[in-house]
Amino acid sequence: MNKTGGERRKERLDRGIKVRSDGIYALLSWRELGYLVLPRFVLIAGLLLLPIVVQSLYWQRVISNVCLYALLALSFDFLAHYVGLVSLGGALFIGTGAYIAALLNKQLGLSIILTIPIASVSGAAICTLLLLPCLPLRGVYFAIVSLMYPLAIKGIIEALNIFGGTDGIMGVDSFPNPWVERYFVITIVLLSLFGLRRLVNLDIGLVFRGVKDNDQAVRASGMSITYYKAVAVFIASTMGCLAGACLTHIYMFSGISLFGLDFSILPIAATVIGGGGTLAGPVIGCFILVPISELLREFGTLRTAFYAIILMAFIVFKSEGLMVYGQRKYHQFERWVKI
Amino acid sequence: MEILIQILIYGTINSIALALMALGFALVYGISRIPNFAHGAIYVVAGFITWTFLKAVGLSYFLSAFIAILITGILGALIYRFMLIRVRGMAISEIIASYAIGLAILEGLRWGGFKGMTYTLPLFIPGSVTLWGVPVDIHRLLLIGIGVAVIALLWLFTHYTRIGLALRGMAQDERAALMLGIDSDMMALLATAFGSMLAGLAAIVLLPLGNIVVEAGYNVLILAIAVCIVGGLGSWMGAVLAAFLIGFVQIATVVYLGSHYQMVVALLAIIFTLIMRPSGLFGRQKELEERV
Repeated sequence: MNKTGGERRKERLDRGIKVRSDGIYALLSWRELGYLVLPRFVLIAGLLLLPIVVQSLYWQRVISNVCLYALLALSFDFLAHYVGLVSLGGALFIGTGAYIAALLNKQLGLSIILTIPIASVSGAAICTLLLLPCLPLRGVYFAIVSLMYPLAIKGIIEALNIFGGTDGIMGVDSFPNPWVERYFVITIVLLSLFGLRRLVNLDIGLVFRGVKDNDQAVRASGMSITYYKAVAVFIASTMGCLAGACLTHIYMFSGISLFGLDFSILPIAATVIGGGGTLAGPVIGCFILVPISELLREFGTLRTAFYAIILMAFIVFKSEGLMVYGQRKYHQFERWVKI
Repeated sequence: MEILIQILIYGTINSIALALMALGFALVYGISRIPNFAHGAIYVVAGFITWTFLKAVGLSYFLSAFIAILITGILGALIYRFMLIRVRGMAISEIIASYAIGLAILEGLRWGGFKGMTYTLPLFIPGSVTLWGVPVDIHRLLLIGIGVAVIALLWLFTHYTRIGLALRGMAQDERAALMLGIDSDMMALLATAFGSMLAGLAAIVLLPLGNIVVEAGYNVLILAIAVCIVGGLGSWMGAVLAAFLIGFVQIATVVYLGSHYQMVVALLAIIFTLIMRPSGLFGRQKELEERV
């Protein structure tokens, strides 16, 4: 409720149609059905049509990029806003997935159909094991430790000169054709998005939110907090490692740059811009940020500065994000009332 | 024997350098509870300002250093007043916002052309002396002196001046300090300014030993965090002790393993300290705040 001038205030009320269509079993008309389905339909249809609409190969590649970042942003949003683990180290997931996929492909000669699932699951297991000792940490402490993990792994790979050292692993198999690549990542993003939305409303999702809001209460109910956090990290890192595995097959390369800050910061920026806790918001945020950063490619490192500034502006001045704003406009009407 | 003396001398120098890098971060966190992730960026900015005034404008070394420290102090205050004050108390937003500020400054500088090997500050006093058979730059010896002086002055400042005492009051208990009429936002602003000035001072003392590069910002941030975490967030004396611990371990790894591992040591120190004792080796235990 905004206050302006002291004599008027903005009143927000739920639209009637929202109230009527809130319970899914009480749909009465096509209009209410449309009201519910329209936003989801726009998102799904938009994503599926995008590779057809966009003609140039370069921008099609950007779409794949957007989807990979969207996966990371989804995993960040899920961990941060539904489990209360703010992981600043998305690069850990990407890098682990990418290296496992590249090694499986180059060293063992496995085909892409096997490398991606194996890399996602085993990468997620490795990430979960790595993060397991830090899971009891709270807030700032977990954020700092998760920020340091990818940097430490990068340093270790450089120092020990393993997995191709600073050169990385080149010549990984690519996807059989661009259409498979694009639709594969788009499908994965849609499945993860709607899957996560289901998940957070299941019983286990309730426990996750309990862990976030009041972990002592969860513990008092006889549930192991660390176990549930580990499950959540496993889910999130599966998505991150999957993105990493796809990335390494798309670019046919895996290197220490994958543990870089880009993969940790951009998903966070996308989540902040899109609206944290909405799950769809981060995906939309990626669709805004990544193309902008592509347009700014000729400015080199300035684009990092650019999205850092956007991130700062949003978190300081408009921390609710676009999605929450949009939801409010869609579900509610506002009017000025005299006090 | 030779090697032991070498480790002793360079370990001390490295430790003092680490303490200088970390003091600003520790001061800001200790007082305002803001983990100032823009610390590294401010460090680099101080270097560039000094360079600009020294080489491009042509002022004397002392004067340009003084101006640089002043400007970084103002920069820190501005960052607090216009950005961080709005997210204060929201731990994660503080980290993300201050990190974004640092990232914007650093990457903006890199884009602005400050890259490569051309930007160096001259040594305060060139030349070297031989101590017990180990050659040491005079600048590095000066660094020890300056570091000890800064730590001593900071101690005196926080124990014997009104502002210093107010800052310590804030650090110990913000609500009680508020009740005694200490303006908490003003103190946090001062703390950020002082912390930035310390970062600037560290830059001016340490940067002549290498080139002014943007990467230094990231490294300084990581080292400062490592020192503060190992020492215990919010504990200044802990930070100084931890600087000696990490400093000597780093030099020992360089001597016995190779310089590649220097950064890895700091990172692993952070990770292991956080896993074992999140409040640091010398920090007060606040068990419930930090883990479940």
